[in-house]
Amino acid sequence: MALSFMEGNEALARGAIAAGCNFFAGYPITPATTIFNSMLNMLPPKGGICIQGEDEIASMGYCIGASMAGKKVLTATSGPGISLYSEQLSFAIGSEIPLVIADVQRLGPSTGSATRGADSDIQFLRWGSTSGVPVIVLAPKDALDCYVLAVHAFNYAEEFRCPVFIASNKEIGMTRESFDLDSVTLPPIVERNLFSGDSYLPFEAEPDAAPPFLPIGGKTLVRQTSSTHGPDGYITIDPEVIAENQARLREKIHSARKRITLFEEDIKENSDTLIISYGVTARAVEDAGKTLESKGKPVSTLTLKTLWPVPEELLIEKAKPFKRILVIEMNLGQYVNEIKRVLCDKKVTFYGQMNGVLITPAKIMEVIENE
Amino acid sequence: MNSYLNKTRPPVYCPGCTHEKITKGLDKAILKLNLPADKTVIVTDIGCSGLFDTFFNVHALHGIHGRALTYASGLKLANPELNVIVTMGDGGLGIGGAHVLASCRKNLDLTLIILNNFNFGMTGGQYSATTPTDAMVGSGFLNHAEIPLDICAIAQSAGATYIDRCSGHDESLPGKIAAAIEHKGFSIIETLGMCTGRYTKKNQLTPKLLDQMITDLPARDGIIEKNQRPEYGERYRALAKEKNTFPEAVTIEKQIDLKDYQQQEVVILGSAGMRIVTAGDIVCYAGLCAGMNVSMKNDYNITVLRGQSVSEILISPEKIGYPGIESPSVVLALSDEGVQRRKKIFATLKPDTFVLKERTVTIPETNANVVEIDFRKFKIKKQDWALASLGVMAKKEKAINKKMLKYALKSRFTEKVYLIAMETIEKMT
Ligand code: SF4
Repeated sequence: MALSFMEGNEALARGAIAAGCNFFAGYPITPATTIFNSMLNMLPPKGGICIQGEDEIASMGYCIGASMAGKKVLTATSGPGISLYSEQLSFAIGSEIPLVIADVQRLGPSTGSATRGADSDIQFLRWGSTSGVPVIVLAPKDALDCYVLAVHAFNYAEEFRCPVFIASNKEIGMTRESFDLDSVTLPPIVERNLFSGDSYLPFEAEPDAAPPFLPIGGKTLVRQTSSTHGPDGYITIDPEVIAENQARLREKIHSARKRITLFEEDIKENSDTLIISYGVTARAVEDAGKTLESKGKPVSTLTLKTLWPVPEELLIEKAKPFKRILVIEMNLGQYVNEIKRVLCDKKVTFYGQMNGVLITPAKIMEVIENE
Repeated sequence: MNSYLNKTRPPVYCPGCTHEKITKGLDKAILKLNLPADKTVIVTDIGCSGLFDTFFNVHALHGIHGRALTYASGLKLANPELNVIVTMGDGGLGIGGAHVLASCRKNLDLTLIILNNFNFGMTGGQYSATTPTDAMVGSGFLNHAEIPLDICAIAQSAGATYIDRCSGHDESLPGKIAAAIEHKGFSIIETLGMCTGRYTKKNQLTPKLLDQMITDLPARDGIIEKNQRPEYGERYRALAKEKNTFPEAVTIEKQIDLKDYQQQEVVILGSAGMRIVTAGDIVCYAGLCAGMNVSMKNDYNITVLRGQSVSEILISPEKIGYPGIESPSVVLALSDEGVQRRKKIFATLKPDTFVLKERTVTIPETNANVVEIDFRKFKIKKQDWALASLGVMAKKEKAINKKMLKYALKSRFTEKVYLIAMETIEKMT
């Protein structure tokens, strides 16, 4: 047996390469910079392109242009960069431009702490764009997840023609760890659905799907626009056309919710408590679970890897047998609000920490036992 | 074909707007060059100049204010065959200034047509980065306190290889646009025009006055000799081509069988310049050589050449969950700054924790088993203290043994560096 040894950021970059990513543009920011470094080392030998934009806004613009030319694109940043991405994100969301965005989160708000971890951006990623159109956010818990979720992220971006976020964390991205790279089974690669009919309308689509794609620069002329558009890609003010498009942008993600729900669980039959967590915190939760089991006080754990769209069916199903639901987050309570909304008939309690250090298994046990 | 204009979507500008002239001029330029429509894209942003893409039968990308050059760059890099033409008003020029500068510096083969009509037409004639100081515009007195910029002068100092400027009413406009498109590299053509809907309502401006402005401004007519250099895309591709080795992941074969190995937590407390992270790496490699799972967290300052450097390593026969340190088995105290950073752990250490303390370092009170070493006595330089400490750990079989350490150094270093490292290790074992 041989184990590979790398940072979460490098694993994410390797996952992107495995998914067929051939374009990266980004701007250096701790703790995401090593994704850029990795892509700069990995893309040129594969014939791909890696660019450092003049700023974050430009980096996203390069990605949008390249994606519209048919490339599979990745960018990487941290919270302050997501702030700057926002206007371009709204464009990519509303105009259905596939992108994968790694957000290696750090402690906010604002400049915050460059080298301190936190799950700062969980609501920001969902709502940090205009109009409230749904996005997909995946959350890795370790380097292996960074590798695998990068492939899922590209698959979703291609299928749904939307930005997909990987909500990593300094404590994953910049932690080096071992995993068995060779034994990982990656999901099959999904490619963009290319239009094959006669008369192409760039935004004509089934009511619950993304439109088929054709690249700018191909034989058929393509229009892309950030403005409110009809199927032909020209500005429209027709309320029916607008409403249909808005509904479709929601529906294409919502109707696929169950299929894009990724998670891990460890359900103990004789436990009455379910602990829900995500990201690096899930590792401490799982360790706490093991210790409690050895003490004869088992608890069950659910680790969410898809945060948005909220896996509502999964939450309802998994929470059903439990008296007590405890949510743990590396912030002062962001995702717990979604869980409370979905599990409105359950007692949902919360522990969060926002001080730049990891929540320890000991702290989690204390929370469970003292409640 | 006698026009690329979209007959079903005729221009919708205010009567007398110079944009209409430029639309026709661009059409004639594309015709003149006989550009294939499917290999041509017009990229626009917001405002009246942002309507351009809708009037032409070519590929189109209409995006956010000031950002057109960013999309254009992405398109061109992804598909070098494309003829990429960008239109931008003086509004987009102000907002997207950073992208104009970057495009000048890069020299990617794009053509930027700036439609300067001295104000924001669409939103009510507010002042822009090019509004004359004494003009009467929709921003009240605010422009009277500022001066307009000359984008051509800025572009030249930013390294643009091609800069031209003319009135939008100039008969030679189509030829000038065509020449700009033909230039291999980033080309800028600034057109001066009249916004009849807003600007000329309160400011006198005629085609004749525009000509006068052109005469009064420094002359521009294309190639900037002193800025000539290779086109960015070609340069990029030539440089990237030299990078032909894909960096495979670091993968370490299991070479040693360890019996009854318990999870170890190693904390290395040092300073920048002491190769703490490298030492941490070696500890991890040592674990990997024995088929163990490992994880390593590093803590150092943003100013990498100063301050503490801390490495925290877990080695475990099980899959590692929580990646933080809970109960260290080994602590290497190699500098005061490093110790200060983790001073709280010393009180929690168990009696069987092995603490290696460099002679000059002060540590807080602890129940741990503390061994003091004077590396200077062994003639070991400060930057090798961390490495030497690994020799001590291996000798005392704390977390690693000599065999593991040897394999680790072999996998981590070249033969030459390995031999030098082993010299240091031998001194300690
Ligand atoms: S507002 Fe000004 S720039 Fe816009 S169409 Fe009218 S005249 Fe032209």
